[in-house]
Amino acid sequence: MWQLDAAALSRGNRVILRDVALTIAPGEKVALLGASGAGKSTLLARLRQRYADQAAWCPQDGDLVPILSVFHNIYMGRLAQYPAWKNLRNLVWPQAAELAQVGELAATLDMAPHLYTSVDRLSGGQAQRTALGRALYSERPLLLADEPVSSLDEHQAQALLSVALNRHEAALVALHDRSLALLCCTRVIGLRHGQVALDAPASSLTLTDLDRLYQ
Amino acid sequence: MIHFDTTASRYRQLGLWLLATGLLCLALADLAVITHSPWQELARLASGFISPDLSASDAVWRALGLTLSFALQGVGLAVLVGSLLSLCWHWRWVRALCAVLRSIHELFWGLMFLQLFGLSALTGVLAIAVPYSGIIAKVFGEMLEESDRRPARAAPGGSDALSLFLFARLPMVWRGLCQYSAYRLECGIRSSAILGFIGLPTLGFQMESAFRQGDYGAGSALLYLLLLVIATQRWWLRARLLPVYLLLALVLSPPVSSGAGADMAGFLQQLTPAPLRDGEGWGALLSWLSALWHSQGASAIWQTLVLGTAALLGSFVLALLLVPLVSPHFGNRASRAGSHLLLVLMRSTPEFLIAFVLLLILGPSMLPGILALALHTGAIIAFLCARLSTQVRLRDDAPRGLSRYTWELLPRLFPNFLALSLYRWEIFMRETAILGILGIQTLGFYVDSAFAEFRLDRALALILMGVALNLMVDALSRRIRARLRLQHTAIVLERPQ
Repeated sequence: MWQLDAAALSRGNRVILRDVALTIAPGEKVALLGASGAGKSTLLARLRQRYADQAAWCPQDGDLVPILSVFHNIYMGRLAQYPAWKNLRNLVWPQAAELAQVGELAATLDMAPHLYTSVDRLSGGQAQRTALGRALYSERPLLLADEPVSSLDEHQAQALLSVALNRHEAALVALHDRSLALLCCTRVIGLRHGQVALDAPASSLTLTDLDRLYQ
Repeated sequence: MIHFDTTASRYRQLGLWLLATGLLCLALADLAVITHSPWQELARLASGFISPDLSASDAVWRALGLTLSFALQGVGLAVLVGSLLSLCWHWRWVRALCAVLRSIHELFWGLMFLQLFGLSALTGVLAIAVPYSGIIAKVFGEMLEESDRRPARAAPGGSDALSLFLFARLPMVWRGLCQYSAYRLECGIRSSAILGFIGLPTLGFQMESAFRQGDYGAGSALLYLLLLVIATQRWWLRARLLPVYLLLALVLSPPVSSGAGADMAGFLQQLTPAPLRDGEGWGALLSWLSALWHSQGASAIWQTLVLGTAALLGSFVLALLLVPLVSPHFGNRASRAGSHLLLVLMRSTPEFLIAFVLLLILGPSMLPGILALALHTGAIIAFLCARLSTQVRLRDDAPRGLSRYTWELLPRLFPNFLALSLYRWEIFMRETAILGILGIQTLGFYVDSAFAEFRLDRALALILMGVALNLMVDALSRRIRARLRLQHTAIVLERPQ
């Protein structure tokens, strides 16, 4: 069970979150919807702060290290899990075991051909898949992702999001594609002006219900 | 009367201040030409540069080898120490220490180490390594500070600090560190050559004797050799070959002291001001310092300030004139290639060497110093601003010629001219100080004579006065830049790309 009690946050005079409390139970895959500026990223950051060592984190801009390879960027998901000497060895000289593990994950993300390419030479969509790979590789129970598939086409986005959600016990994923939210997630939370305006099982919602969030 | 309140007007105002201050310094400076027939000498020099004469003796190759060897070892050590210091850049005392280390020119460091270790490889290596550590620590520290921290924040919570640094912080600046280190090696080769002027067996030593004997052909050949090594650095400097180079350097000139072991205690005693050494107390020290200030320090600092500021104006004006010659917005391919070559020659030749040659021709006044610094730095600023001008996109119907420069490019580039000139003001002071070693009466003149008389306490006190001057000029320059929001521009521009 992961919860956030009445989080309120303002920056300057602008209120970003107003008493947002939420609980995510194991098994729940939650889509976070809302117009831009509604407070989605802030809410995710709050939750990650609270559960720093349980969260698999996939931030909006990827925040990858441009000159390192896809392998290294995905490996970074486990920096906390391994001792420093092992990390150093894999940085300088990637080990067979890690190469195999990361390679396998990269294959499920369709990134196997680019494993040894540095991230600065990839397209936006490929970089995004790398960032998602890093989150998956950390193998933590709670996936917190901010628009993890926004640069991918519909089919890829759906396939990849399903893979990501299936690999975690629970997830909170900010999305802008409403139909993707209904297709892949079990529950939808809608934010509006920093408040929870909607919280319902995905199966009970239609696209029209979600449209109201943006009006 | 219309009052324009634009950003440009603030920059123009600063430009006018710079012009007024520079002109005042020029008026105060001693610009006499002392030699009898400077034109005739200049003609001889020109013919020497047209017909270089490399009667390649073993001595020349050995000097070249030692020049490279000192530079590789010195810069290698500086990169090591500088990197470690840059990790502690958030500590105030580290920043202060580095500011002092780099505000003393490598020639002054060389003169000091000479007393300790004699004319040895150790002297050459340390003279480069010590000030360069301060410079490299500053640049690396600032790079790390300014680098993107988002990847580090995105790393899973609970990662250990070392892994986090190696995976998410270091790679963000790695390319910059490598490029800057390579650029520092280029500077190190120049510094190493110049160390020959205080007696170390590098190229400068050979150059000094060739030029002094009026053998301009041999002198120019040595200079061309140095420029060739620097110009081809990007081809011979390879990461994989670096260990080989370093090993060769260590074999060719192991960094050990020459002759009898260094007498550190005696050296430190010599550095202690005479009144303290003789146990006359602090009152005597004060009067000793005041006497030194009145007899030498004040005049030396004044001359340094005047010469350095006049040269600052000179390089500023020269850069303004040079940019159109190399910017892709003007001229044709041939004209730009020719100007580019000229600029490369001007900025790759150490200003100390230009000053030395001009002194031989024009005689010991401030004129050679001002010209040398202005030529060298003017070319650097012009090069950096011209590179920046390639990013300016002009519309198809933009004016041509002078109007294009004054209406389209100058307004866009002027802040960068100002930022770079001010950023280099501190470097001007440091370079001006050492021109004294050549006989111009700036700080270095008195420092050099104090060393010659083995009055190390005096030399140290004068060097520290120079440090104070440098720190003041640096603070002033930073304040002006911060006020006009020019801070970042200069730092970004200065780094090689």
